[in-house]
Amino acid sequence: MDLLGLLDFLIPTTGAGKAILAAILLGAGSGLLGSFVVLRRMALMGDAISHAVLPGVVAGLIYSPERSPVFIFLCAVAAGLLGAGLVRAMMATTRLKSDTALGIVLAFFFAFGIMWQSRNQESTAGVMNFLFGNIGAINTDDLRMMMLATVLLCTVVFILKRPLLEVSFDEGFSRGLGYPVRVLNAVFYFLLTFSVVVALQAVGVVLVSAMLITPAAAAYLLTDRFGKMLVLSMAFGVFSGVVGGVVSASVNGMPTGPVITLAATLVFALTYFLAPQHGVMAKVLRQAKRRRRVHRENTLKAIYQIQEASGFSHEDVDLIDLAQKRRNTEDHARKECAALLRHDFIELSDDGNAVSLTTSGWKRAMEMVRNHRLWELYLTNEANYADDHVHEDAEKIEHILGANTVKQLEQDLDFPELDPHGKPIPQPQLVAPPIA
Amino acid sequence: MNYLTIPWENLGIGAFWLMLMAFLVALPCSQMGSFLILRRMALTGDAISHSVFPGVVIAFVLIGDLASPWLIVGAGLAGLASSVFIELIHRKTRVKQDAATGISFTALFALGVVLMESMLGKNVDLDLDCVLHGRLGLLLEEAHVEILGAQVPQPILVMAGVSLVTILVMVVFYRVLLLSSFDSGLAASYGYKPVVIHYCMMFVVSFIVVAAFQAVGAILVIALLILPGAAAYLCTHRLKVMLLLAGLHALLSAVGGLYLHVWFNTDMASAVVVCGGALLLLTWLLGPVDGLMWKWLKEEDVQSEHDAPHST
Repeated sequence: MDLLGLLDFLIPTTGAGKAILAAILLGAGSGLLGSFVVLRRMALMGDAISHAVLPGVVAGLIYSPERSPVFIFLCAVAAGLLGAGLVRAMMATTRLKSDTALGIVLAFFFAFGIMWQSRNQESTAGVMNFLFGNIGAINTDDLRMMMLATVLLCTVVFILKRPLLEVSFDEGFSRGLGYPVRVLNAVFYFLLTFSVVVALQAVGVVLVSAMLITPAAAAYLLTDRFGKMLVLSMAFGVFSGVVGGVVSASVNGMPTGPVITLAATLVFALTYFLAPQHGVMAKVLRQAKRRRRVHRENTLKAIYQIQEASGFSHEDVDLIDLAQKRRNTEDHARKECAALLRHDFIELSDDGNAVSLTTSGWKRAMEMVRNHRLWELYLTNEANYADDHVHEDAEKIEHILGANTVKQLEQDLDFPELDPHGKPIPQPQLVAPPIA
Repeated sequence: MNYLTIPWENLGIGAFWLMLMAFLVALPCSQMGSFLILRRMALTGDAISHSVFPGVVIAFVLIGDLASPWLIVGAGLAGLASSVFIELIHRKTRVKQDAATGISFTALFALGVVLMESMLGKNVDLDLDCVLHGRLGLLLEEAHVEILGAQVPQPILVMAGVSLVTILVMVVFYRVLLLSSFDSGLAASYGYKPVVIHYCMMFVVSFIVVAAFQAVGAILVIALLILPGAAAYLCTHRLKVMLLLAGLHALLSAVGGLYLHVWFNTDMASAVVVCGGALLLLTWLLGPVDGLMWKWLKEEDVQSEHDAPHST
C-alpha cells in the first residue's frame, strides 16, 4: 500500500497537471514500444490492436457499472491480445499476407465493438472518450493505472531489452541462440497491448498508432544505435504528448489526440528533411557531392586522354581540345576547369587558354583511367563480355572501385599492361608523370 | 414466431432497401478490395479510408453542402495525397512502408479532426459519430425518389451509380489490373506504367471509399474492402472466381447483416461487417483451398498411415 501511496503523492491535483502527467506517461510508454514495432516492420500491428481493443472496452463498460479502471483495462488487454493472436494464427495457417490479416482483425473486432455498443447505448456513454481520446476525462484512478502500467512496461523492457531486440531483428537467429522465441513474442505482444491501452484514453483508437509509429520513426532516422533510438523515441513521444496536452487544455474544444498526433508528425517531418545521416536533405547533398566528384574525375580523365593521344609530348592541354573531347562548349570546359583548380588538380597557363595537370591531378587521372581499363579487361576476360559492350559499365564503376578491389583485379588479371582495346593501363603507384 | 420473416414484417419494403443499400456499398468495395489484397496493399485501403477525412472537411468548408459531388473530389485528392506521402517517406528514407503508412494516415486523420473542430461549429451535420457509424441507419428517413412507381431512397441511386462505374472500370481495365497485380514487371514491359496504375487505383479506391464512407463510416469501410476479398482468396486460386465469390460474400453479408440488425436491435452497418467477419471465419475453417478442417483431416490421414506399420 506504501507504493500506491507514493503514486498518489506524485499525482497532481489540478486538471491540467493530470493531463500533462498522462501525456508524459503515454508518450514514454508508446515511444518505448514503438521502437520495437517500427524495427519489426509491424507498425500497423499497433493499429490493429488498438481497434481490436474496442469490444473489450465496451465489455468493461457494460459489466462494470461503477467503471472500475482496472476491470476495463483488463478487458481491453484481453481483447487486444485475442486480436493479436488471431492475426498470428491467420498468418500461420493461410495464404493471407500480414496486411490482410491485420486488416481483417482490425475491422472485424471494431465492427463487433460498435455493434455491441449500439445495443447498450446508455451504459457505454463514455465510449467516445476511448474512441477519440479525451485527456481531460482522465481521473486519479485512471492515472494510477497508467503509472503502474508504464512502470511495469519500462521495467520489463529494461530487463528484456537484449533478447527482445534480437527477436525483433531476426527470429530464426535468436532461436538458434537458444532464446525462447515464442515466450518473448508473447511478452512483446502483451507489452504492446498494454501500451496501446494506456495511450487509448488520451489519444483514442485511431491515433494510438501515431503515438507508436511516428516518434519511433523519427528516432529511427536520427540514429543507428538502438539504445539511443529508445531514448529519442521516448523523448519525442513525451514532447508531443506535452504539446498536445497543453494546447488542447488551453484552446477550447481542441481534441487532444489529433493535436498530439500533429505535434509528433511535425517532429517526424523535421527529421525527415533535416536528419544528419538519413534525412532527405542530407541525401540530396550527398548525391550532389558525388555527382560533382564524378564530373571532376571525368574532366581529369579527358585531359589525360588528350595527352595520351599526343603521346604525352607536351604538358599543356588547350581548353578548345578539352571542350571537343567532352563534346561541349569552351565556356563549359572553362567552368569544369575552375572546379578542378579549386581542388588543385590542374594549373592554368599564363594566357588562361590551356591547362596542365599537377602531381595530384596526374595521380587521380591515372587512377581513373586505370580503373576504367582494368574493369573493361575484367569484363571481357573473366565475364565474357564483348569488348564493344564494356565501356558504359566501366564508365560508371571507375569512380567507385576502392584500392583493395583494384589490387584484387590486378592480381586476378595477372598484372596486365593493355586493355581490351589495346591501350596501355597506367600504373600510378609506380611512375611519375611520363612527360617527355 | 418465424425468425426469417421478422425483418419483413417489421420494416416492410424498408428491409429490402436497407439490404440493397448495404449490398450496393459492399459490392464495389469487395471488387477493388480483392485487388488491394492481391497487391498486398490491404492496409493502404485502411490508410485511404482515414485520410479522405480532411479532404471531405475542406471541401465541405468551401462548398457548405454535404451532398455536393465536390466532396468526392476533395476526398479523392486527400486519398491520393496520403498515397503520395507514403511513397515519399518509404522511397526517400529507410523508414519501411508499414511505418510510412501509419505516419501518413494518422497525420491526415488528425488534421481532419482538428480542421473540423476549429472550422465547423458543433451543430453541423458532419460529426464524429458519422465517421464511426455512417448514415446507413438513417436510410429510410432520407428523401425518396419515385422510379417506375416505387419510392426509392435517394442514397441507393447514388451507390448504384458508384457500383456501376466501379464494375465498368473493372471490366474495361481487367487485363491491366490482373497483369499489374501479379507481375508488375511484365505489365510495365507491355507499357502499363506501374506508377500510373498505382495512382489511378488509389484514386478509384478513394472514390469508392468516400462514397461508402457516408453510408458505413470510415473504419467499417476497411472491413468492406478487405473481408470479401480475403474470404474469396481462401476459397480459390482463380482471380475471376475470386471476384465473383467476393461479390457473393458482399451479398451474403448484406442479407445476414439485415437479420442481425433486426434480431439483436443493433446498428446496421456494423452488423453487416460482423456478418462478413463470421463468413470469413467459416471460410477459414471450411474454405476449399485454405480451410483448417481439411488440413487437420489430412494431417490425421498422414498420421494414421504413419502409425499403421508400427501397429502391425
